[in-house]
Amino acid sequence: MDFSIVSILMLDGITNAAVYALLGLATVLVFSVTRVIFIPQGEFVAYGALTLAIFRTGQVPGTVWLLLIMAALAAAMDVHQRWLHTRLAAQAVTAGLRTLAVPLVVAGLSIWAAPLNPPLLVQAVLTVAIVTAFGPLVYRVAYQSLADASSLVLLIVSVGVHFAMTGLGLLFFGAEGFRNPSFWDARFSVGPLSVSGQAIIIFGVSLALIVLLWQFFSRTLYGKALQATAVNRLGARLMGISTHGAGQTTFAMAALIGALSGLLIGPTTTVFYDSGFLIGLKGFVAAVMGGLHSYPLAAVGALFVGLVEAFGSFWASAFKEVIVFTLVLPILLWRSVAGGHDEEH
Amino acid sequence: MSPKKSLIAAAATLVITGAALADITIGVSLPLTGPASGLGIPVGNQIKLWPTSIAGEKVKIIVLDDATDPTNGVKNAKRFVTDDKVDVMLGSVATPVAIPMAAVAAEAETVQLAFSPMQLPPGKDGWTFRMPQSTPVMAHAIVGLMKKQGIKTVGFLGYTDAYGESWLKDFTTEADKNGIKVIATERFARSDTSVTAQALKLVAANPDAMLVVASGSGAAMPHMAVVERGFKGKIYQTHAAASRDLMRVGGKDVEGAFVVSGPAVIAEQLPDSHPSKTLAIQYVQQYEKAYGVGSRNQFAAHGFDALLVLEKAVPLALKAGKPGTKEFRAGLRTALETMGRTVVSHGVLNWTKDDHWGFTLETGVMLKVVNGDWKVE
Repeated sequence: MDFSIVSILMLDGITNAAVYALLGLATVLVFSVTRVIFIPQGEFVAYGALTLAIFRTGQVPGTVWLLLIMAALAAAMDVHQRWLHTRLAAQAVTAGLRTLAVPLVVAGLSIWAAPLNPPLLVQAVLTVAIVTAFGPLVYRVAYQSLADASSLVLLIVSVGVHFAMTGLGLLFFGAEGFRNPSFWDARFSVGPLSVSGQAIIIFGVSLALIVLLWQFFSRTLYGKALQATAVNRLGARLMGISTHGAGQTTFAMAALIGALSGLLIGPTTTVFYDSGFLIGLKGFVAAVMGGLHSYPLAAVGALFVGLVEAFGSFWASAFKEVIVFTLVLPILLWRSVAGGHDEEH
Repeated sequence: MSPKKSLIAAAATLVITGAALADITIGVSLPLTGPASGLGIPVGNQIKLWPTSIAGEKVKIIVLDDATDPTNGVKNAKRFVTDDKVDVMLGSVATPVAIPMAAVAAEAETVQLAFSPMQLPPGKDGWTFRMPQSTPVMAHAIVGLMKKQGIKTVGFLGYTDAYGESWLKDFTTEADKNGIKVIATERFARSDTSVTAQALKLVAANPDAMLVVASGSGAAMPHMAVVERGFKGKIYQTHAAASRDLMRVGGKDVEGAFVVSGPAVIAEQLPDSHPSKTLAIQYVQQYEKAYGVGSRNQFAAHGFDALLVLEKAVPLALKAGKPGTKEFRAGLRTALETMGRTVVSHGVLNWTKDDHWGFTLETGVMLKVVNGDWKVE
């Protein structure tokens, strides 16, 4: 093993790590605001990559229909709830329409644009819009009414959502994998390394998102409000912060991050309907290394997972996954011994 | 209910169950979801095209999803033999699922027609017959071409599962006989997002050729990784990769790849002298009429062949007993073992008492990817 091999492996590891970092951040984000351990985070990645792949074939992706169905379901739930609350038909209908508005616009645009085969960038934007719109709906349908339940109940719901989303993915995208075209086809040679334009985009987007999230939570009022929900739900509600609104926003952000991750990895690997799970799991491992509450530690954890994976597959490719997941054990052990009980709730 | 009515009802039930007993019941367990669903769905599609009777006997087909999960496979197999009292069970396409199903088949003394080339310990495959070509048969074709092309060393990049393992074992044996050495072995999983590290190590070993062992669209990514690392030698793929998904995902990078395949996939290009040509064309036309041009694949043809085999074996088995009985099931096994040379769309089968693999050595056809299409090499 010489320097050139080490550097190629490092590059490969860091490229993967950038995506794991994004998913790790999304996991931390969702957990810290809603206490949901969001296992289906990876499914958003697969949905993102595959929705774009279907757009490329000039068809309307099945996710658009799912979006409409989910929106109808969420709207019905909203109407029902508002009706029980106020007994005012007009208010109930307004609540339902508000839930329906965004998904209807996104779905309408997609159905109109898909057969026209617009440029790659337009298709990518539509894809991000579709998948992001899923976020609040998933929260509304699966989690909102259980928002005050224990973490364990929310985790069990997550497992259910994961299986549902994987199954629907198979229905919409079929069993075979897709590979998307690169957003930037350039290649740069640095010594023994050959860095692809796509890799640079991956680094850029990941870094930008990490900085944005950090700024969002430390500088904006809305970010602080979200954090307040995480620290004390009841207190936040007394201060006039809508905890349901906070949950939906968080899920929208998580879905957005997932969709972007999907677009980023789509050109570098073959994505299958069920590819998201393992990618999401590695992001989850990164998030666990950050104790599910620290963004910088989650990013470092992701870097660690990516590098271990790259070098693990070089030295003992047959045991790569075993190596990655076994290395988590001592870290968990150390966290439980050294970290104590510092959870904020 | 009056006594008279209940008597009629009882008689009717008797007639119905009597008729049901005479039906041939077939249990099919396929991975319609999960990692191997790319293999299972085409077979399921083909079975949907089956006729409603075989050799004049009505057929009842039960298709269950095993989700590429061995536990589900066993559950399905147990259901077949205890609840449905099947005469023959089909499946699975996924090797890890088909293996435990074989144990159930043997215990219940029910014939299993497996769609996967699985290895079983000697004596454990008494009731299991495999529809796909064995890895030695396919490895024979690959090594034959390698020898012709003067290849001396090979790098192996395969799945970390039973499919990868059996290829490594059988290919190494066959290669050794012909003076070809496997000098580097690397593994990957279908869910991996990158095989750069493995490709790096293989290219560093500098073999004359690479053998990629993977299935469906999953076979493109490792191929591309090896090309991306600057490998200039020939790259070979196994018959699980012999579907158009290889070109769809791999694009330009898989140009010039050598892929071993059963004859069914390239029906039209087979020489007229090939025994399977007529049946292969029949399969392709039937399948593509139902599922679109270019939808043909290696796996659905196994479903087509299973029907051919049953159509030949059932009349022989009917001499032993009625469907639904132990005698019929035993008769079916004897029929499969003694029916001799049977031409199917995927080659020529010849099962015997000691050999439940069946396909003869000349079955494998080498294809080359030329301009995004198959060409017989």
